[in-house]
Amino acid sequence: MKKVIEIVDTIDTAKVYTELSDPKSGGICVFVGAVREFTNNEEVVALEFETYKEMALKEMEKIADSAIEKWALNKVVMRHAVGEKGVEEPVVVVGASSAHRDACFEACRYLIDTLKETVPIWKKEKFKNKTIWVSAHP
Amino acid sequence: MNVLFFGITKDIVGSSEINFNEELKPANVGSLKKKLIDTYPEFSKLNSLAVAVNSEYADDTLALTGNEEIAIIPPVSGG
Repeated sequence: MKKVIEIVDTIDTAKVYTELSDPKSGGICVFVGAVREFTNNEEVVALEFETYKEMALKEMEKIADSAIEKWALNKVVMRHAVGEKGVEEPVVVVGASSAHRDACFEACRYLIDTLKETVPIWKKEKFKNKTIWVSAHP
Repeated sequence: MNVLFFGITKDIVGSSEINFNEELKPANVGSLKKKLIDTYPEFSKLNSLAVAVNSEYADDTLALTGNEEIAIIPPVSGG
């Protein structure tokens, strides 16, 4: 299977290599996004993600398809988690595999940057005394 | 006409779904946005406000019949 596109409760980062491995690929590039302990010097207790799943999967498919076409990728993985995630937990994994490394490096960056721009997933930062929807306000 | 709300818009409205009755139903995406901003002034303070029709981003000019799946998309923040 060329593409793996998923919204899941928990991300297992160990399986992404197997999913991207391909006899025609000499390069595999993976980005993992995780929960960081501090935002603007404030301690984050957890992040909570929610999604409009049907649309999110469609948008992720579009991103994967355009990357496969642009960089002639052999395999693509796009997987995002939902629910509450604690510090150091992975929340997103994207990866690409291609014949040579330049293509998969560029594609991997495109996958995560475009996901953050268009895919309907929302993140709430939970601090000790407040919660904030990220990017909602100027 | 059913409208789904996500993220901060769900908090502003206090519900994940609103039903507009036939007479109040907006004719297109732009008038739906205007109606929401008029009803919930907090919407005008958001960085952006998009609407999805049948799970695709929709332009303001797109006409609405009321049979679509309509969703309000506040600024996304995945990753």
